This record gives sequence, structure tokens and C-alpha cells, in this order.
Amino acid sequence: MIENPMILFPLLILFLPLISFIIVIFFGKKLPRQGDWVAVGSIVTTFLLACYLFLQMLLNYDPDFSHGASFSWINLGEFKIDLGILVDNLTIVMLLIVTLVSSCTHIFSIAYMKGDIRYNRYFAYLGLFTFSMNGIVLADNLISMYMSWELVGVSSYLLIGHWFEKDSAANASKKAFLTNRVGDIGFFIGIMLLYSAVGAFAFSPIFESIAGGQAIAGTTLTIAGLGIFMGAVGKSSQFPLHIWLPDAMEGPTPVSALMHAATMVAAGVYMCVRLFPIFTPSALIVIAYIGAITAILAALIAVSQNDIKKVLAYSTVSQLGFMILAVGTGVYTAAFFHLLTHAMFKANLFYCSGSVIHSMHHALHKAHDHDTDPQDMRNMGGFKDKMPITYFSMLVSTLAIAGVPLFSGFLSKDAILAGTLSFAQHHPGHFLLPLFGFLAAALTAFYMFRLIFMTFHGKPNIKSIMKDIHESPKEMTGPIVLLGSLSFFIFYTLPKNFNPMKDKGWFTDLIVPRNSAVPGSLTANEIADYAHHAHYLAMGLSLVVASLGILLAYLIYQRKVISAKNISKRFGFFYDWSLNKFYFDENYNRYLYQPFLRLAHTISWLDWEFYDKYFINGFGRLTKLLSTISGKFDYSGIDQGFVDGFGRASNTVGKLLRNVQTGRLQNYLLFVVAGILVIIIAQAF
Amino acid sequence: MENILSLLIWIPIMGAIIVAFLPRDNENLVRYISAAITGLEFIVAIVLWRAFDPVNGSMQFMERYEWIPSLNISYILGVDGLSLPMVLLTAMLFFIGVFVSWNIKKAVKGYFALYLLLNAGVLGVFLSLDFFLFYIFWEVMLLPMYFLIGMWGGPQREYAAIKFFLYTLFGSVLMLIGILGLYFTCGKTFDILLIMERAPEALNGVLWWGMSAAKVIWVLLFIGFAIKVPVFPFHTWLPLAHVEAPTAISVLLAGILLKLGVYGIIRVNYGIMPDQVYWFAGGLAFLGLVNVIWGGLCALAQTDLKKLVAYSSINHMGYSLIGIAAVVAAGEMNGGDLKAAQAGLSGAVFQMFNHGTISAMLFILVGVVYERAHHRDIDGFGGLASQMPIYTGITALAFFAGLGLPGFSGFVSEAMCFIGAFPVFKAIVVLSTIGILLNAAYFLWAFQRVFFGELNEKYKDMKEINGMELFTVIPLAIITLFFGIYPGPYLDLIKATMDQIIEKIAFAASYGIM
Repeated sequence: MIENPMILFPLLILFLPLISFIIVIFFGKKLPRQGDWVAVGSIVTTFLLACYLFLQMLLNYDPDFSHGASFSWINLGEFKIDLGILVDNLTIVMLLIVTLVSSCTHIFSIAYMKGDIRYNRYFAYLGLFTFSMNGIVLADNLISMYMSWELVGVSSYLLIGHWFEKDSAANASKKAFLTNRVGDIGFFIGIMLLYSAVGAFAFSPIFESIAGGQAIAGTTLTIAGLGIFMGAVGKSSQFPLHIWLPDAMEGPTPVSALMHAATMVAAGVYMCVRLFPIFTPSALIVIAYIGAITAILAALIAVSQNDIKKVLAYSTVSQLGFMILAVGTGVYTAAFFHLLTHAMFKANLFYCSGSVIHSMHHALHKAHDHDTDPQDMRNMGGFKDKMPITYFSMLVSTLAIAGVPLFSGFLSKDAILAGTLSFAQHHPGHFLLPLFGFLAAALTAFYMFRLIFMTFHGKPNIKSIMKDIHESPKEMTGPIVLLGSLSFFIFYTLPKNFNPMKDKGWFTDLIVPRNSAVPGSLTANEIADYAHHAHYLAMGLSLVVASLGILLAYLIYQRKVISAKNISKRFGFFYDWSLNKFYFDENYNRYLYQPFLRLAHTISWLDWEFYDKYFINGFGRLTKLLSTISGKFDYSGIDQGFVDGFGRASNTVGKLLRNVQTGRLQNYLLFVVAGILVIIIAQAF
Repeated sequence: MENILSLLIWIPIMGAIIVAFLPRDNENLVRYISAAITGLEFIVAIVLWRAFDPVNGSMQFMERYEWIPSLNISYILGVDGLSLPMVLLTAMLFFIGVFVSWNIKKAVKGYFALYLLLNAGVLGVFLSLDFFLFYIFWEVMLLPMYFLIGMWGGPQREYAAIKFFLYTLFGSVLMLIGILGLYFTCGKTFDILLIMERAPEALNGVLWWGMSAAKVIWVLLFIGFAIKVPVFPFHTWLPLAHVEAPTAISVLLAGILLKLGVYGIIRVNYGIMPDQVYWFAGGLAFLGLVNVIWGGLCALAQTDLKKLVAYSSINHMGYSLIGIAAVVAAGEMNGGDLKAAQAGLSGAVFQMFNHGTISAMLFILVGVVYERAHHRDIDGFGGLASQMPIYTGITALAFFAGLGLPGFSGFVSEAMCFIGAFPVFKAIVVLSTIGILLNAAYFLWAFQRVFFGELNEKYKDMKEINGMELFTVIPLAIITLFFGIYPGPYLDLIKATMDQIIEKIAFAASYGIM
């Protein structure tokens, strides 16, 4: 089985990065160039292997294409866990995304991380991440998915905390891991629920059992689905666990591009897509609302942020919300389509921001300015001519994310909005879903162009550094150009369709939606049919909102006909909430972390100071008291009182009796007579 | 081969005598001899492991000699899939512990003599199949431990030692009453295997003061073992004893002595009164939950690194308790769910071993930094990652193993405990999954405070972990990783015995004398 390239190559793609991790972490320091070539070499190899798989997929052009292999990991007779891989079109596309963005990140990092004190460890951790991410993608069962899931969390922890000397980075890494673990608890409970009902961990038997309707159904299945979805809420940074992703920007920018934009955070969406058949209609409603709320909430925050990476981070959160919304409304292949296009343009946006920050950093360094924040867009402006490659590439990707025709984001976002709209047409009670969706789309166009205008257009805000702002080296511009070009629509509609308004192409041919396993759900055909009817309306609306957003950004930040200050003053309250991210961190801190820590301290105090010192030691003291009393009793009572009392008594009696022994015969005779008298009297009665 | 189990017990006893007669001033000789004896012991244990037949779930390598025939007391030893991994763990940790104790300066001879005696006591408990012998070894273990903590420990050593002693003594008195109860009801024998056969019938319907004798005996024995685990609310000796004990002794306390509790519950309570398991499992799972949450919250609040690790033991043993409660899934009233019973019981026994290796690693690592800084205040360090990268790396590994990260053995066993207990104790398991968040919280928070941030000026000359220290940690790390990636070999070793226990308990449900 392993000779089959469809099994062997995915296994190589899985394990090569792990091997690179082991080599670079242990021997990196001793290798030339600290072993970065090992990491880059292995990752590019996996990319080439993924390309081969992708080509095979295109040549086969079979939507049902699927291979798998597994081995027995734990076998206790009845209790068994088989781990295995599943290779189908979904897997292959995802593998291509991961290895492509990972390769770009590796190459980009050679220049970006040059001279870093932990250069080798950085590359090692990238390898660990790629391994874990591929593990999620290839999993054919819940256990190996969960295991890779957690390993992804760790590599994220290690990379966010790469510059751990900074407290903010150390805090952010811990926050990311713990927030993810909250989601993982739900994931694990979901796994246990499914296993205890179905008796299997692998996807296909689970789907079969659910379709059977006997083993698990109704509320239990809804809870199991929502539990599993909680894992996605954590990993894909959905409301209310979205708080970790913006902080994760403390990590190096290429890491943000790879993990916190393109792949790791998309794992939650991937999981929902993979496990779509298990979600009941009630679970899907919850999922849809979580996605919609996340999309709008993050977009509202993004409009007021000034840190270039924070804007992108909130934009990522918002886009992930779109994808989750799509899963919830049933058009889950649209979610995956958006995952694909988003991975390309968002990774590129991060690379471009990294390129800008890199350049700012060097310029500020030359000017001996250590106080200016190199990530604050208010310190930028007018970089367009200094960094033309970065500018144009970023512009292209911004057009994609804003949903402008000719670019990839238009196709995928349109598919999502059409699905949402058709869902609301059939369930009018849920009109908020498309409303939030379109609103978030408008805001996306607005804040992304705000970013472009503030960074690249207008007059420079700090003139002194402009002479040192220059284009980045080719290790960085290479990935920027590559991923920038992948923001054009044509790569997703080949080979048959050249119409930029239609999403039909290899993707829609090969990634086809499947029916939900839950009995009574809408079939995939019905969902697609409904979405198709809503398509034109959705397209029209999304064009309108995108142009409105861009226009507004243009008027405020380019032409400055509307003053941003005035608006923020007029909507002071909303502006404040947006700027402060709706006070999530503050409230969580106040109502969750602090009470929790206080609880821990109280319990610890109870345990150590109270329970142990008073209760347990109380036994000791009680015993001591008892022994003192019994000692007293023993000595003063029994020994001194009773035992010695005998002595004293006989002594006294003896003394008394001594008086009797006078030695005079007459007295004795008197006693004898008295005695006889007493006896006689006694006899008489 | 015939007397290999006796060999395991008597090698360290002879060793203790030899060490006692060595010249007082030649400390290194004492150390080398101790290393040689525990090394030999370890080799014998490995020979035993290789000769062990994992397909056979019954007792193997049994030895049986008359001892005090008038009271039916015999010298019976035996090993099965439940005790073999514990024997291996014991032999390994005692061998490693000699090197952890290398820097002991005070009364070296006395230390190692007691150390070897402790070794014999622990192995005796795991191997003996006669209650009288079992009880003697149980007490033999107690005395050296008392002196090792009380003489070589930290500032509060005497308080800690006496507390440990009294707590355990209290437990062993109850246990003794329980054992005597079994002795008199089951035809005046101390032979554990014989009692296992006779007890279900002998105890059936027997009432003491209006209470079922089986339940009374169960509770007496359980408290005796619960103190060792330690199960809340009998746990407060542990943080104190761990913190005050010298590093090697903390390693052995957490690594092995705590396992005697769960071992005892499975071997004695489960083995002799399988029908009562159904009555008590709910309470057991609940106590496990309390251990998990209480231990986790306490660990979160600690400022002393060693105390944090000590509380983490309470937290981790909770998973084991939840796991052993899961066997009741095999009962017919619970649908005869063998999957869950297997996952839970094997997971719990696996967790015992994994906690042994992981907590040993954690205590050794705490000892390393204490040796250098002479304090363990979590907030008193800061930024050590830039000064001691290797130490940081290994500690990160140990912490991640401790927080149950996949890839480390702790994850497999914890997951199995949860999955096994879930069908029967849904609410308890769901609540105890909060424990895995707490685990991550206290380990990562402590890690951040010790290793991240700017380097504390005081420690800019702190020495990197040395070769001897690495030698003590790395084997444990490798085992933890190996079983995390490939748990098969361990589970195959215990499978047959676990199946026997489950079968017995499942059968007990059918004769229903609850």
C-alpha cells in the first residue's frame, strides 16, 4: 500500500518537516547557516510533492477521488484506536496551501530573520508547525486530528513567544495556548460523545452511524457537533475565543502570515468542512451565528486600529467568521473556497506588511529612533514609490479581500454571501446572518483601503526616515510577487472558465459538497440550488457594498474630504468601543481570570492554611489535648488519687488504728467485751 | 529464574547491610556501591521483563514458602501485568535516584543504607501475595522514608516527616484492621490469591454492627490506600513531604510511592471485592474529579516551584482514579461496555507509569535549579531561557509532558481514562476536563515566570545543566516520548491482566450481592 504514490507522497509531506525539525533543533547551531537550508529544502520538497498530488488530482478530475491507509495504534481487544491518513481532493488542496505558504514563509524568513539570536530554533519550530498542520489535514480520524490540533497549538506557542524576552510576547503565547485549550476541551468532549455512541474514531464509520440514525441523533448529536465545533472556535479564533489572535501578532511577521492568517487558523474551518456531515441543523444555526457575529465584530474593531498587523489580524478574524458563517448556512464548499483564496491573499498581505515593517525597522534603526513604533500606520505614508513591488502586490491582494471582480476574493466571498442570502430567504427569521455578512464585507473594503492609503499614499508622516525606506531583498519580494499573483481569479477558474464573474472551475468541479449524514437535513443539491437562485442578487449587493467601502476610505484617507477625527468625535462612544476592541480583554480579565485566580488562591489557602493547619493538625492537637488530660487523669487521678489514695487511706486508717493498740490488757478486754456485746445485739434482731 | 522475585527484594536488603558496613569516611565508595546495587537490581528487573509472558494474565514466577504455619502466614511472591511495570519503574527510578542523590553530603552511608532498604520495601509491596508479608513491607517502607525526610530534608523536615509518618500510620492501622477482617472471615489465611477466591462467598451477607462486612473492609482498606495516592481529603501530607524531602526522595515519593495507592486499590479492593466496585465507583470517580480540580487550582496558586509540582501530582493521580472507576462500564447494568472498561483501567494503569516518569523528571529539574539558586520561588527567577537554553528546553519538554500534550505518554493515558469513564460518569468526566485547562495554565504560567522575560541580573552566571543531571533526565524523557508516540508495547504488557480484572468485575455484577 505504501508504494502507492498517493499514500507515500502524503506521508513524506507529513514527516519531512518533522525530520527537519529534529535535525535543526539538535544540530542547527553546528550546521552551516544554522541549518536553514535543511528546513527550506525539506519544505520545498514537500511543496513539490504536493504539486505532484495536485497535478494527479487535475488529471484524474474525479470529485470522488480518495485514498487511505491506517495502522493499529492501540489495540486492547475491544478498545482500539487506528491512526491513518485520508487523501482526497480536499486534502490535496489543503496540503498544497500549507506547503506553498510554508515554503514562501521559509524563504521569506531567510531575509526577515537574518541575524536573529535564535535563528535555528525559529526554522526548527516552523518544521514542527508544518508537520502538525499536515497532520490535521491528513487525519482520517478524530484522535490523530486532535493530537495534531494540540501540536499545532504548541508550535504556535513557541513561535509567538519567539522573542520571549518581551513580556508581551510571552503573555501572548500563553494566552494563545490557553484560549485554544478552552476550545480543545469542547473538542475532546465532542470526541467522547461521538465515540461512546458510535464506538469508532475514524470519520467514515462515524458518518455511517449517524446516517443510520440509530446510534446517535437529536440533541446528543447537536451537543457532540457543537463540542467539536468549539475546537474550531478556539483555533479559528471565533467569538468569544477570538481574543488570542490579535495578540499573536507578537510573533515574527512571516509566522503571522503562515499560521495566523493562512493555515493554522484555517484549521478550524477545515475541520468543520471535513466533519460537515455530523452537524445537525440546530448545530449549524449556532455555527452560523458564531461566524456572523465574529465577522461583523472583528470588522468593526479593524476599522479603528492603527497597528498595521492588528488591522490584518482583525481582518483575518473577520474573514474566518465568513468561512464559519458559510459552514453554518450549509454552503461549506464555499467556506473552503474562501479558505483557499484567503490563504493566498492574506498570507501575501502579511508578507507585505512584514516588508513594510522590516523597512521601517531598518530606517528607524539608522535614525537611532527607538521610540517610534515601526508598525503604527500613523508613522507611515507615501511608501508607494519607495517600495513599488510591495505596494502593487499588496494592492492586488487588497482588491481580492475587498471583493472586487477579477480577483479571487470576489468569487469566494460571493459564493458565501449567496449561500447566506439564500439561507435567509428560506429562513426569514435569520435575516441577521446576511445583514451581518454584507455589512462586514463593506467594512472589509473600507478598512483595507484605509490601510493602503495610510501606508502607501499621501505624504510621509516622518520625513526623516524616508531616505532609508527601500524595497526588501528578493527573498522577501519573491514570495510577495508569487502570492500576489495568486490573488487573480484565473487560477481558480481554470481550465474551462475565463469569466471573472463566475466561480466555475477546477475547484467547483473537484470539491463538491456532500450530503449531511444527519437524517432530515437538506441535501447538498438543494442547498446548491437555493444558493444559485440567490446568486445574482448577492453578487449585485456585494459589488455595491465593496464599492461603498472603498469609496468611503478614498474620501476619508486619500482625498480627506471627510475628516476621520470628526467622525470619531461624533461617534465617540462607538469609536471608543471599536478602538478598545469592545473591551473583551478587560472584561475577561475582570470577570474571568481574576476571579479564577482568586478562587485558586482561596482554595490553596483553604488547603494549606486552614484544612491542613487546623483540621488535620487539629487531630494532632486533639490527640495532644486528650493525652494531656489522660496523663493528668492517669497521674493526678489514678496514680495520685486512686492508687496512692489506697496508700494514704491505709496510712490514715493505720494511724487511726494505731491508737487502738495501746498495749494495755484492760483496753483489749474492753474491746473483746464490746465486740461480744455487738454480736449479741446483732443476733437479737 | 525461579527465585528472581526474591532476588529483587533481597538484593537491596543485602545492599543496605553491605553499605552499613562500609568505612564511614569513604563516601564515594558508598555511592559507587549503591549505584552498582541498584544497577544490578535494574538489570534483574529487565531480565524479569524479558522473561515475562504478556499473554498470560495470571501470576507468574510465583514463589511460595511456609513461614509461620501456626497462623497460616506464608512467604508468597508473584508478578503479573499490573505489578511488572511498577517493578520496572521502581528499579529504574531507584537507579536514577542514586545519581540524583550524588550531592548528598550529610551522613552519606546512612542515607544510602536507608535508601536501599526503602527500595526493598517498595518492591516487596509490589511483589508480595501474602497479606502479612504485604503489611510488613508496607511498614518497612515507612521507616526509611521517615528518616530520609526527617534527616536529609529541608528546613521543616522534622514536621514534614512526622506528618508523613502519622498520616501513613493512621492509614496502615485501618488497613491492618481490614486485613484482619478478611483473615477471620475467609478461613484464617493471609494468602491474597486464596482470599480472592473465597471472599465473594465468605463475605456474602455478613453483617458487622448492622453494616455489610464487605463494605466496612472495603472502606478500611481504601482509606489506607487513599492516603498513599493521595486522595482528597487525605492529601495534605504530600505537598509538605515533597517540598521538604531531598530531590531524590521527592522523585521516589511521586514516582513510585504514590502508585502504591492505586496499585493497592486495584490489587486488593478490586481483586478481593469485585462486587463492591459497583457500589464505590461513583464515589471513586467523584474523588478523582475533586483531586483533579482541587489539585489543579492549588497548583495554580503556588509560588514555590516544588510545591507546584507536588500539587500537580494530586491533580494527575485524579485522572488515574477516574480511569479505574471506569471498569464498572463492563457490568451488565451499564451495558457491558468492555471498550470503556478497557480504556479506563488500562489508561489508569498507564497513567500510573507515566506520572511516575513525568513527575520524576519534573522533580529532578526543580532540584537542578534549586541546587544553583538555593530557592524555588517561581517569581524569583525570570529570563533563565536566555542563560540556560538546554535546561530550558528539557524543562519545556517535561512541562509539556506534564500538561498532557499529544506526543507524550501522559496524553495517551489521560485520554484513555477520560474516554473510558465517559459512558458511565458523563458529568464527572465533563467537569474534570477543566483539569486539562488547569494543567496547561499552571505549567505555562510557571514556565513564563521562570524562563521568559529579561534575564534576572542575579543569575547571569548560572551554570547550564551538567552531564550527570542530563543523564538522570534524558532516559525519562525518552521513555515519555516513546510511549507517547507508540504506547503499544506498554499496553500489550498489561493487557491480559487488565482483561482478567475486568472479566472478574463484569462477572461480579451478575451474581449481584451488592
